[in-house]
Amino acid sequence: MYSFEFEKPSTIADAVAALGAEDAQALGGGQTLIPTLKQRLAAPSALISLSGIAEMKGVCVNDDGSVSVGGATTHATVASEAAGSYPALAALAGQIGDPAVRNRGTIGGSIANNDPAACYPAGVLGSGATIITNTREIAADDFFEGMFSTALDEGEIITSVRFPVPQAASYQKFLQPASRFALVGVYLARFADGVRVAVTGASEDGVFRWTEAEQALTKEFRPDALMDLRINPANMIGDLHGSKDYRAHLVGVMTKRAVQACV
Amino acid sequence: MPKDSGIGASSKRREDVRFLTGAGNYTDDINVHGQAYVHFLRSDIAHGRIKSIDTSAAETMPGVVKVFTGKDFEGVGGMPCGWEVTDKHGAPMQEPPHPILAQGKVRHVGDPIAAVVADSLEQARDAAEAIELDIEELPAVLDMKAAAQEGATLVHDDLKNNICYDWQLGEADDAKVNEVFANAAHVTTLDLVNNRLVANPMEPRVAVAEYNRGTEDYTLYTTSQNPHVIRLLMCAFVLGLPEHKVRVVAPDVGGGFGTKIFHYAEEAFCTFAAKACGRPVKWTASRSEAFMSDAQGRDHVSTIELALDADNNFIGLRTNTYANLGAYLSTFSSSVPTWLHGTLMAGNYKTPVIQVNVKAMFTNTVPVDAYRGAGRPEATFQLERVVDKAARELGVDPIALRRQNFITQFPYDTPVALTYDTGDYNGTMDKLEVAADLAGFAARRTESEAKGKLRGLGINCYIEACGIAPSNIVGMLGARAGLYDAATVRVNATGSISVMVGAHSHGQGHETAFPQVVADMIGIDESMVEIVHGDTSKIPFGMGTYGSRSLAVCGSAMVKATEKVIEKAKKIAAHLLEASEADIELKDGQFSVAGTDKSVAWGDVTLTAYVPHNYPLEVEPGLEETAFYDPANFTFPAGAYACEVEVDPETGQVTIEKFTAADDFGNIINPMIVDGQVHGGIGQGIGQALLENCAYDENGQLLSASFMDYAMPRADDVPFYEVDHSSQTPCTHNPLGVKGCGEAGAIGSPPAVVNAVLDALNSGGKSVDHIDMPVSPSRVWAAMNS
Ligand SMILES: Cc1cc2nc3c(=O)[nH]c(=O)nc-3n(C[C@H](O)[C@H](O)[C@H](O)COP(=O)(O)OP(=O)(O)OC[C@H]3O[C@@H](n4cnc5c(N)ncnc54)[C@H](O)[C@@H]3O)c2cc1C
Repeated sequence: MYSFEFEKPSTIADAVAALGAEDAQALGGGQTLIPTLKQRLAAPSALISLSGIAEMKGVCVNDDGSVSVGGATTHATVASEAAGSYPALAALAGQIGDPAVRNRGTIGGSIANNDPAACYPAGVLGSGATIITNTREIAADDFFEGMFSTALDEGEIITSVRFPVPQAASYQKFLQPASRFALVGVYLARFADGVRVAVTGASEDGVFRWTEAEQALTKEFRPDALMDLRINPANMIGDLHGSKDYRAHLVGVMTKRAVQACV
Repeated sequence: MPKDSGIGASSKRREDVRFLTGAGNYTDDINVHGQAYVHFLRSDIAHGRIKSIDTSAAETMPGVVKVFTGKDFEGVGGMPCGWEVTDKHGAPMQEPPHPILAQGKVRHVGDPIAAVVADSLEQARDAAEAIELDIEELPAVLDMKAAAQEGATLVHDDLKNNICYDWQLGEADDAKVNEVFANAAHVTTLDLVNNRLVANPMEPRVAVAEYNRGTEDYTLYTTSQNPHVIRLLMCAFVLGLPEHKVRVVAPDVGGGFGTKIFHYAEEAFCTFAAKACGRPVKWTASRSEAFMSDAQGRDHVSTIELALDADNNFIGLRTNTYANLGAYLSTFSSSVPTWLHGTLMAGNYKTPVIQVNVKAMFTNTVPVDAYRGAGRPEATFQLERVVDKAARELGVDPIALRRQNFITQFPYDTPVALTYDTGDYNGTMDKLEVAADLAGFAARRTESEAKGKLRGLGINCYIEACGIAPSNIVGMLGARAGLYDAATVRVNATGSISVMVGAHSHGQGHETAFPQVVADMIGIDESMVEIVHGDTSKIPFGMGTYGSRSLAVCGSAMVKATEKVIEKAKKIAAHLLEASEADIELKDGQFSVAGTDKSVAWGDVTLTAYVPHNYPLEVEPGLEETAFYDPANFTFPAGAYACEVEVDPETGQVTIEKFTAADDFGNIINPMIVDGQVHGGIGQGIGQALLENCAYDENGQLLSASFMDYAMPRADDVPFYEVDHSSQTPCTHNPLGVKGCGEAGAIGSPPAVVNAVLDALNSGGKSVDHIDMPVSPSRVWAAMNS
């Protein structure tokens, strides 16, 4: 890696100030950023660690019943602390990587990175969550802008994510055999006013909502409701681990399994 | 009753205490005072002509000691190949030069172009980025069949084509082979790929070299399975150094699997640079470098045809294989698709006519060489897949078809140059049928079907040639080395024993198993015996560890040396007991005079050898003997494996539900270690069958260049194994009657897994003949829906 300065502020304000320096970059759990640095694929002037900011950590239930997760909360913390308030989200967090990754990696880092095979983007989009930054609130539908791209501005920090809690939800992850990220992951959330289905791992455009499935399931919440639906393979990822057709097929299977898990 | 010590006891692996508590001493743990670090600038394109390399900016960067390019090595040799294969027309293989740093051209992604030695690794990396390269990119040669065509782009401009050799074994008369096939009642044909693999030992390769200006001695610490071989090759063929001035040490080595047999450019570089820089030089491969510079494994594309008569007897077998050698000849690469592969095509069967054809190809990929099993997995996979396909086509039971064609008379001369000394394939299959509870399979299938899963049973038999090898025979076949081994048994005055062995332990447990043998022969406690390995300044010239040879070859040398020790000790004991040497018996560490109660203890005799006051004048003092052992034949472990899988028909996901191995390894020294070797081998075989895939894109870029895309098997990918070693036909020609067990699992398991998947799919009404490895969910699903 190239050399860089390191700072560990204890308030959001100090972090924002430090990120004002040219080429400074936020450091969450480092599970994506550190390997990138080791390979000399990035050269930030300074890393501003967010892990010392108490107000960005932990899970809490708000008065309206929604669940907020601090932007610097690790996957392991979500897996344990959200188990009662939002079990499907906790289950998603518990399936990320291995214990070492889960004890370092954070929700803010994951969604800021927006890896097309990452799990959290599906959970956030599928839940219709709100991403809260140091400057504004962004609806999940406006946040994810395609592979490794988000609505975040330079130096903007995800301070927390607020999840409305659905009546039922399930994350179905089919493992890419090498990385064990999602080859295809489907997050399904059933609310009183409709069903949301978010798909990760599959599309060249990153996480997306499968609106046909949402409509069909909103009308009729049964696995069979999906029977005649097909995803167009054209935009799917085709690689060493699975063809476009295969991924399109898996989206259907994983969505069906998510429905089965909810009924 | 299982024994609790000596031969046959499951003694706990003594070396594991240091490995598991972080007390191992690996090459990267070795730091030499004043050492500098080298970083290799490697090609990021697969094929190109080097027009210029400008190192001037790099040379002035902070901390830089020296920058090297191919030019600096024009005066020394290249990396040698240890086996000359003669092609079917009698011509020697084409053998292109393999420079330490690229000269003229780069030939694969990862080919080293320049090397920067600096005070720190980061400085070396910084300076490497300042090297200016002008490389004209050339089309990459990747597809082996296309590479063999007239007019194909050449990997090596000075060769006549990309074919290293066009080799044949077995029946040379094509007409005779054609006739057998023409007269066959049934012919089964199969096209298949044996997927390229990356060995990925947990410890990446490392080299640390130092040069002593005062004594003009070199020391190279390196991650090797065979330090003497490295010293010989590097001194005699690469750097032109006197062997006695070079010490090569391979300390604790964290897994080899074949890929640490070979002499690598980085080792020779560090040794050369240590003198040139006047400082010790250290290199530690990153995992990314390992992916593009460790010799890779397998990579065969084959067509195999099996001819059967009307009674389902195998009457002929013909194979046509393209074997990928990569861009350069690695140390033993030429022998793998030939003498370690073609010779195994008879398998366990008495097929009378066999013809094996192999074209070995140069391509713009990382060199390919021996990887656990080396040629034998490739042979077994072809043969056992085609036998399985034949059984399905003929509607006969795959076990019955195999049994009907088993070799049952030994010794047996195969049509492909081997003589199997012993075996009992039906006996081993009997053990498998019981251990795998094959009778219960139908019920297990019904249970799986009730869960919506397809269940399949895959059977596989294998034979392998281990204990490589009789030097005179391999010499005739082109080996440029002898393949004996050596051991020195040094008895200390107080009776403890150090055994210096040519074999090298890098996970196999020699430090435990070898002492069991010596202790058992003398009748003393195992803890009194220790082996010393991995240092050319301490051990006799042995050939190292690979090809499941350590116990069969080096262990035999150790037995011979121990016998010499015992013989001499008996002379001393006879003197002390005032008896005739012929009457001396050794049991439980006591020498006694037959038929009397007179005895003297082992320790008293050994002390007398070193304090020879009351001593036979005609006997030399001391108690230390060396023996070299050159085997009379290969050994032939064989086995039968059964794999049961479940396939999820919706996703194509395969899970291994049950795996049973019945092996005949001859006599067994430590059953627990043998179990462990088989477990590990099966794990790697399952990895090849279901997960591992070293793939290049059309430009020669490695697609699976990290663990993000190269799938290693993990604990939850494999089941608990059932292993049965009770079928034992001892090897007839080595003193311990042992055959070798290190590679069996990796050879025997891939066909069992693939056969099981196909059985599952066919049971579900899908007519699928073959799926190439790795049998990934995507491929299974595609096969089911094509
Ligand atoms: C072996 C392994 C397996 C993995 N498996 C999975 C898996 O199965 N599923 C999965 O989803 N992921 C997986 N991951 C990725 C893991 O979840 C990472 O934790 C995550 O992608 C990045 O989070 P991080 O906190 O480590 O961020 P970092 O690596 O520190 O940062 C990533 C990026 O986000 C930015 N950033 C960090 N925090 C914030 C913030 N609060 N606001 C704004 N920007 C921020 C950084 O500047 C950087 O650009 C795996 C990683 C590894 C190493």
